Amino acid sequence: MVKFEIRDLNIWFSSIHALKQVNMEIQANEILSVIGPANSGKTTFLRTLNRLNDLNTNFRMNGAVELEREDIKRIDVEVLRRKIGMVFALPLPLPLSIFENVAYGIRMHGERNKKRLEEKVGEALQQAYLWEEVKGRLDESAFTLSGGQQQRLCIARTLAVDPEVILFDEPCSGLDPISTAKVEDTMIKLKERYAIVLVTNNVKQAARVGDRTAFFLNGELIEIDRTDKIFTAPLDKRTDGYIRGKFG
Amino acid sequence: MKNPYKTQNIAFFFLFLATLLIVIPVGLIIVIIIQKGLPAINWQFLSDIPRQGMRAGGIFPAIVGTLYLVIGAIIFALPIGLLAAIYLSEYAKDNLLTRIVKLAIVNLAGVPSVVYGLFGLALFVVFLKFGASILAGSLTLGIMILPVIITTSREALESVPQSFREVSLSLGVSKWQTIRHIVLPNAIPGILTGTILGLGRAAGETAPILFTVAAFYLPQLPKSIFDQAMALPYHLYVISTQVPNVDEKIRYGTALVLLTLVLFVNLIAIIIRYKFRKKKKW
Repeated sequence: MVKFEIRDLNIWFSSIHALKQVNMEIQANEILSVIGPANSGKTTFLRTLNRLNDLNTNFRMNGAVELEREDIKRIDVEVLRRKIGMVFALPLPLPLSIFENVAYGIRMHGERNKKRLEEKVGEALQQAYLWEEVKGRLDESAFTLSGGQQQRLCIARTLAVDPEVILFDEPCSGLDPISTAKVEDTMIKLKERYAIVLVTNNVKQAARVGDRTAFFLNGELIEIDRTDKIFTAPLDKRTDGYIRGKFG
Repeated sequence: MKNPYKTQNIAFFFLFLATLLIVIPVGLIIVIIIQKGLPAINWQFLSDIPRQGMRAGGIFPAIVGTLYLVIGAIIFALPIGLLAAIYLSEYAKDNLLTRIVKLAIVNLAGVPSVVYGLFGLALFVVFLKFGASILAGSLTLGIMILPVIITTSREALESVPQSFREVSLSLGVSKWQTIRHIVLPNAIPGILTGTILGLGRAAGETAPILFTVAAFYLPQLPKSIFDQAMALPYHLYVISTQVPNVDEKIRYGTALVLLTLVLFVNLIAIIIRYKFRKKKKW
C-alpha cells in the first residue's frame, strides 16, 4: 500500500534550492532508508513529510506530497503530525519525568483518564523496548537516562500518540554501537505496524535495516530501489561512489 | 620579543581592577547609609506617622504608600508585559509592525523617568481625571517598568530551546499548548526575575510619582486607589531638600529603609533564579 506519494517536489529556503524535482513513493510496512552526504536534502525531505519545515519563515515549496492520496497541505497540520511521528537526531527528552514524557502527547490530545494514560505509556515503552529498564523509575527525570535510553524514550513518546508513519532523523548519530543496535532492533520490529523513513549518515545502517534505500545528492533524488539492489548493483555511478565511501 | 605571559598578566590585572571598582561604590553607599541611618531605626520609626513637620515620628505611611504603588504597578505591567512578550517571541512574524513594536520597547526603556511623570500627569491625572492618586501613580510606574518586563520575559522565552518546541509540535500538539505546557513553565524563572527587578525599580523611582500620586505630607493611610499617598523616595526627597532642620539620622534612616526594601526585592529575584537554575536540566 502506498503511504506517501511525492510528485515534482521542489523546496527552497530563501534562494537556496534545497530539493529538486523529487518523485517517489513510500510504502506502508517498509523501512525506507534515505542516505546521502551532508547538505543533500535528506533532513529537509523528512521534515517536509510532517510539515516541520513550515516553522522556517524562508521555506517555500511546490509540487505535491500526498498522504494516502490526500494533499498534506489540506490536512490540518496537528492531525497530520499526529499521524506522522518523528524521532530527532539527538535524544530530546522534554524536561519532564520519564512517565510524563511519554504521556505528554496523549495528555495534550485530551486524555485525562489516569488509568488509560498508564496503559498507553506502558504499551509505548514496551514497544520501544525500554519498559524493563525504566518500569521502577517512571517518576524520575528523563535526563537521568543514558543517551540510548533517552532515544528509545523519544521513540516511545512518538509511538504513544498512535502514528501511522515514523520519521527517524539520524536517530543514532549520538549513540554508541550497543545503543544503536537496540534502536535498530526497535525499528525493525516497528515496521510490522508502521511505515518508517530513516534518514541516516551511516551507510551500513541503511544496508542493515532498510527495505528500500533512496540516495540523495545536492537536493536531487539520484536513485531509489530495493536496498540489496542499491548496495550490489546501483544504476548510477554516484550512488556506487557514495556507498563505497569514495565521497561524502 | 615581548613576553606574552607578562602582557597577559598585565591585562588580567587591569580587568580585575575594573571589576573590583564596581564593588567599591556599592559597598560605600551601603556602609555609609547603614552607619548614619541605623540609629534612627526602631519600631516607632517604622510604624508611626511623621510628626512635628516630619522632623520626628516615623515613616509608616510612606512605606505603605510605596508598597501599594509597587503592587499596583505589577498588577498592571506583568500581564500586559508577559502577553506582549509571548506574542513577540512566539507569534510575531518579522515584519515592519514587529520592528516598530520592538523599537518602541527599546525607546520606552530609554525615556527619562521624569518624562514618565509628566506623561502620567497629562494622561492619568488630568485627561482621565484620576487625579493625583495611587491609581495614576501605579499606572505611570507600570508603564515605566513595562520594557524591563517585556525584555526579560522575551529573553526567558527565547532561551527555551527551539528543539523542545519542535518535539512538542511534532507530536501534533498545538502551538498554544506547546507554549502553555512546555515553553512557559521553563521560562518562568526568567520572567519572575525580570518582574522582580522591575518591581525594585518601581519602588525606588521618584520622578514618575512626583506629579501623579506623591503627597508632601499625609498623616493617615490612603483609603482607596483614588487617594494620594506618601512614598519612600519622594518622602526622602522632601525631608532632604524641602523641610529645613530635619535630623540627619531620620534622612538616612529613610534611605536605609528604602535601600533595604529594594535590595530585599532584588535578593528574592536572585534566590529564585538560583533555585531554578539548579533545577534546570538541559
